[in-house]
Amino acid sequence: MSKSAKAIAFLALAVACTGGAFAGERAGLGRPALPEELKAWDIDVRPDGQGLPDGKGSVSDGEALFQTKCSSCHGEFGEGAGRWPVLAGGKDSLTSDRPEKTIGSFWPYTSTVYDYIHRAMPFGDAQSLKPDEVYALTAYLMNLNDLVPGDFVLSRGNFPKDLPNEKNFYDDDRETTEKTFWNNDPCMSNCKDKVEVTGHAAILDVTPDDQKDNKDEKPAGAVE
Amino acid sequence: MAPTLASAQTPDPLIVERQEWTQYLGDGVNAKPYGVPSKFEKDVVRREVEWLTASRQSSVSFTPLHALDGVITPNGLCFVRHHGGEAEIDPDKHRFMINGMVDKPLVFTMEDIRRMPGRVNRVYFLECAANSGMEWRGSQLNGCQFTHGMIHNVVYTGVPLKAFLNEAGVSAKGKWVLAEGADASAMTRSIPLEKAMDDCLVAWAMNGEALRPEQGYPLRLVVPGWEGNMWIKWLRRVEVGDQPWAQREETSKYTDLLADGRSRQHTFLMDAKSVVTNPSPQSPLKSKGPNVLSGVAWSGRGAIKRVDVSLDGGKNWRTARIEGPTFPRAMARFYVDFDWNGQELMLQSRAMDDSGYVQPTKNELRKFRGTNSIYHNNGIQTWLVRPDGSAENVEVS
Repeated sequence: MSKSAKAIAFLALAVACTGGAFAGERAGLGRPALPEELKAWDIDVRPDGQGLPDGKGSVSDGEALFQTKCSSCHGEFGEGAGRWPVLAGGKDSLTSDRPEKTIGSFWPYTSTVYDYIHRAMPFGDAQSLKPDEVYALTAYLMNLNDLVPGDFVLSRGNFPKDLPNEKNFYDDDRETTEKTFWNNDPCMSNCKDKVEVTGHAAILDVTPDDQKDNKDEKPAGAVE
Repeated sequence: MAPTLASAQTPDPLIVERQEWTQYLGDGVNAKPYGVPSKFEKDVVRREVEWLTASRQSSVSFTPLHALDGVITPNGLCFVRHHGGEAEIDPDKHRFMINGMVDKPLVFTMEDIRRMPGRVNRVYFLECAANSGMEWRGSQLNGCQFTHGMIHNVVYTGVPLKAFLNEAGVSAKGKWVLAEGADASAMTRSIPLEKAMDDCLVAWAMNGEALRPEQGYPLRLVVPGWEGNMWIKWLRRVEVGDQPWAQREETSKYTDLLADGRSRQHTFLMDAKSVVTNPSPQSPLKSKGPNVLSGVAWSGRGAIKRVDVSLDGGKNWRTARIEGPTFPRAMARFYVDFDWNGQELMLQSRAMDDSGYVQPTKNELRKFRGTNSIYHNNGIQTWLVRPDGSAENVEVS
């Protein structure tokens, strides 16, 4: 073995040692995922349509399914029951005191409807729907939001990307628009002339009380 | 006022009479193989606000911040947010997959995960983006448990997510990852690859023991400084891709609707915030004279550098004493020792982080955000303390 070949061999050995016992780039743990496993778990659908399966569904099939599997929470026409999410309507409400953030009024992409129904609905029986059923429910919800006609049949081939409100989303810009909040020398004394109380939580009286049953109170603001 | 024994005319029976706990033997060492708090602490529990949500399975409970001290949240009191109930997963049946734009999609068992080199311990706060979300329009809930209790701060044990991504080999075209849970909501969030390769952890322990089921047992994602919804519980998969996935929880939810009708998206980072935990509506002042004001502060941008406290609704401020360990993107504890003579107080705290960000007032925040944005309300909280020591959540001019 020539001197340079020996040097290369030594170098290779050194690299192998580093990569083995003392944690190099790869530990060699885990095993290759099989195609069937990827198919079972990789269910996400993107706005560009990546992940949409074969299949199709009509507005009318979706309506029938919706009344059976969805309307007890979301209402017959997606208007929502109780505090369950409203899915349709809310047009032009986003600047009002009570915005209704529905698929038609707020959501940016159609793919999210398909992805979420398949992923998490019906609530308590997730991932039970077949692709044709998810296409049909998506079509019905688009119809409820006046986005497609009643005879529409949705499939991967005609799956729309953007919903009407897509243009009104933009990336986080707090560091520029709110840069006034960076201040190395905030006021410490006599920062305002007078201080007045302008609002009281006690007036609303919606705070849970271990001694009192007020769970039916429904003031403004909710999470889902 | 509660008893403060400045002087005594008669001997205290608690001292001069033999008490039963002094006389009789107590329980043996293993009466409770897993210890629980004293029965006298039975009110220190998570609570929920039932009107907030339609079901108990897709809901939230709140950390009792007013009853805690120090910087570490006990595991059983960490607030809980589920979207499909609590998944109960046998760790032997849990699998973790890396797929998408990688050289080699991989599957790991929990045994594999625990064998990964590079294990770390890190303290981080986890705050729900909707913490204080009910307060955008004005004071609503009377207690810091409810106004600020969607937060906890624990030490995680795990391995950097980067190690798993490197194991699979990320494509040069990869820009985002999608993290997915194994629960009945199959929760998903898109995370920039840069963050995933920076400080995200795949964690299996909190405060030295296995994750609690409600916190994602056996495996969760840790996304330091970013909104809690991204910290996927019951983590089963991380996919690499070249664009975000626009999942339900990053479009319909967890976007910030502003006054002009437009919405900010990808507002991942939690800005600096603080709250006075004592006194507060659930923890009134009981005694005149010396008292200790206490509170917590945190920032997703880094470490808490300073906390100022006002007793007069933001007119005058004094710098609080930060006590105990402070780590980047972790909760800090502050105190102000003060004398109370029974006067009305309007308590506020103002956090500053090492980026120079100063926690704004609620009104300053509303100038930029309006009142419809639900998420990321880090405005300064005011507690009105009355002469009888009771405290109320108020807004001030």
